[in-house]
Amino acid sequence: MPQSHTDPLPRFPFGAEAALEPPAEWAEFRDKCPVARVALASGDEAALITRYDDVKSVLSDPRFTRPTAADNAARVADTESGGVFNSEMASVLPQHGEDHLTWRRMIGKWFTAKRMNALRPGMAAMAGRLIDEMVAKGAPGDLKAGVAFPLPVWVICDMLGVPDTDRERFAHWSDVMLSMTRYTQEEFDAAQTEFGRYMGGHIAAKRAEPGDDILSALIADGAGWSDAKLAATGIGLLIAGHETTANMIAKMVAMLLADRSRWEELLADPSLVRTAVEESLRLDANAGVGMQRFITEEFELSGTVLPPGTTAMCSMAAANRDERAFEHAADMDLGRSPNPHLAFGAGAHACLGQPLARTELQVVLEVLLRELPSLELAVPAAELRPVEGLAVGGLRELPVRW
Amino acid sequence: MKVVVDEEKCCGAGTCVLLAPDVFDQRDEDGIVILLDERPGEGLHKIVREAASVCPGAAITVSENA
Repeated sequence: MPQSHTDPLPRFPFGAEAALEPPAEWAEFRDKCPVARVALASGDEAALITRYDDVKSVLSDPRFTRPTAADNAARVADTESGGVFNSEMASVLPQHGEDHLTWRRMIGKWFTAKRMNALRPGMAAMAGRLIDEMVAKGAPGDLKAGVAFPLPVWVICDMLGVPDTDRERFAHWSDVMLSMTRYTQEEFDAAQTEFGRYMGGHIAAKRAEPGDDILSALIADGAGWSDAKLAATGIGLLIAGHETTANMIAKMVAMLLADRSRWEELLADPSLVRTAVEESLRLDANAGVGMQRFITEEFELSGTVLPPGTTAMCSMAAANRDERAFEHAADMDLGRSPNPHLAFGAGAHACLGQPLARTELQVVLEVLLRELPSLELAVPAAELRPVEGLAVGGLRELPVRW
Repeated sequence: MKVVVDEEKCCGAGTCVLLAPDVFDQRDEDGIVILLDERPGEGLHKIVREAASVCPGAAITVSENA
């Protein structure tokens, strides 16, 4: 909201009252202050962008870059180095222009729609096994720990060629590296070092004995990538490939069960799975901090001139509920089409793994509808607890019955 | 309907291929879009419009009357 100079800036991200409901501030800022001065967890100031058209412009415009350490941009985390976007890992990977494009295209070929479709049967079989194991333990069960987390970990580990049995270890490193308020600089540095050493070990093993996986292929045709670049790529894919999707599976199922008429609509017409997945992505109220961009020249957005040196914090989740872009934006419409939501970002840095995430979300929903049609929440939706203090949002657990 | 794709803008997210595999494909070597059918049949118009509207790189242009 508009403030006088003496007021402290609003803190971003805003706290949520309930895990599945958006913070009230999103609508207020979209309507009254679409480009707002806020303070991040670090205390650094950023311009919070909440309208659909503005977020899309910032993410799509090459004048807005991903901040590098030299930019001295606002930091999302309260540690001195400022969290995952300012990490050593982020600095090893090319962030702009031709080098970024080359890097991205070398990875992109592993995430084509064709490859994703080929992974479907394996994913469905794995989802079935995980559901069977959860059911065997008896209701109520935690669908997050039992299905939502292990499925994407297994998939990305298989693609990278690392064992998914190590998942508890890298889930911890990943949590620390995505933290905005929960860990110290020492803990962050230790997690990054240990994760780097772990990935370095796998890279050395693949240099000696290549397998049919992304890391081996990058070693073979990566034009002499350094071990640091290979490790940063592997860590980036491992974190991005499981944390976001694991959380989204749980949030999607929670949204569909919170009003069980949605689940019943899908049972009656499973052809709605694809659009229901997109609508869940659009309505994610607990998506995490958003995307940071930095600009070195003036830029006008919704009547506000951003000065050079501005760090823009794009809230895709707030933009996805903008009435200017979506009819009945607050309503969950399982057949909404088209649904040009920004959950995966937009432009040159749009999520590389989006076909993988979509495929995983669709497959897990199809299998759940088929295997557990009687699925329901085991607690009232209002009692679901959000994860706090990480750059990626989610539920702590998803208690269900069937 | 006439469809045009811009390889320079394409970020290889594969959204169009997941929606309309009869109209769009991706190059195996880098995931960049390949247009299979620049004049798709009427039965595909709705899904092609959707692919254009959700493309994260705004790389697909659809001319309705061309």
